[in-house]
Amino acid sequence: MKKFFHELNKGIFIENPTFRLALGLCPTLAVSTSIVNGFGMGIAATFVLLGSNVIVSSVRDFIPKKIRIPCFIVIIATFVTIVELVMKAYFPALSKSLGIFVPLIVVNCVVLGRAEAFASRHGVVKSIFDGLGMGIGFTLALVLISAIREAFGNGTILGLVIVRSFEPALIFILAPGALLVIGVLIGIVNYMTDRCYTA
Amino acid sequence: MELNQLFMIAISVIFINNFILSKFLGLCPFIGVSKKTAPAFYMGLAVTFVMTASSIITWAVYSFLLKPFHIEYLRTLSFILVIASFVQLIEMFIQKFSPALYRVFGIYLALITTNCAVFGVAVLNSEMFLKSADNAVKALIFCVTQGFCAGVGFTIVLLFMSGIRERLELCDIPRPMKGMAIAFIVASLMSMAFMGFSGFRF
Repeated sequence: MKKFFHELNKGIFIENPTFRLALGLCPTLAVSTSIVNGFGMGIAATFVLLGSNVIVSSVRDFIPKKIRIPCFIVIIATFVTIVELVMKAYFPALSKSLGIFVPLIVVNCVVLGRAEAFASRHGVVKSIFDGLGMGIGFTLALVLISAIREAFGNGTILGLVIVRSFEPALIFILAPGALLVIGVLIGIVNYMTDRCYTA
Repeated sequence: MELNQLFMIAISVIFINNFILSKFLGLCPFIGVSKKTAPAFYMGLAVTFVMTASSIITWAVYSFLLKPFHIEYLRTLSFILVIASFVQLIEMFIQKFSPALYRVFGIYLALITTNCAVFGVAVLNSEMFLKSADNAVKALIFCVTQGFCAGVGFTIVLLFMSGIRERLELCDIPRPMKGMAIAFIVASLMSMAFMGFSGFRF
């Protein structure tokens, strides 16, 4: 049990896909304009990660080494298509605001990276926990970034106004704000880990 | 009128809706390959070529395969498969016929397979031009223009970024901010500058 917990923990903190590995940045920055969007994207990516990890790890002995990447991509694309259709049917508003970034989960490096680096080398149960951990880590990072951007750029959290007198800075909702927030956050994470290891 | 539209697409994709700075597509190579100018330039060339070619291929797949059989929901699956195998094919082709060229472009081609900018341009093309297209040839012209110009915009920004980062190497930056963190902040400033282009209105 402890081993599985370790896999889970690894994705959330030690190897957080966004801050530590810098994978899957494109969707992270593009959809993190509000907490709802960020959370929706995170859940969608978690589902794809989980599904592709399970399938890849269970067929890993049948896939020839040479064409493994195309095989992984097809498996991932299948799950992305499922997400795309489900989201369009049940969450049309979210699907509209995420736009082309739902199909773009296919080329999210986190998903392919986990399939290649973990699921193709480990058993099914371990891969489930790895997928869950990475997915949760990705979702948390997305929610954190989108909370900062929503608070500064729109003056709200989950749509509720924080301080009435605060004049929101629109720049945080726009493209430059996203890049600024992630730059500063990576800097802060680096600073904290530096201090942890040296002290 | 046609030429006018093409010009508008070009300006829009290169400057106003630049793929990297305002659509956030292809950030991984933007951060990963922008440390030196020469590799950045080669990467840009490779991306431009693949984007243009994959625009043509996905146009063919969409208008002759997906649309007539009403299986548009297989777009994601078929596009990524076609692009990935095309890039693989090009890689094998170059490796066989021009080892010198392969030494320069080889690793970039491998990286491009999972470049979201290439896949993104295909998806954008299908959303903007192919879904409602009645004239296939006209749609092809639009797709190729958008694909090529997106590549040009990508290359320009990548070159700017690598130039700035070469200078940044010599600067005294606080240790935690070194590398990726400062690169993102530079990108943020560039993005602000590119926002000025949104004043272009036709």
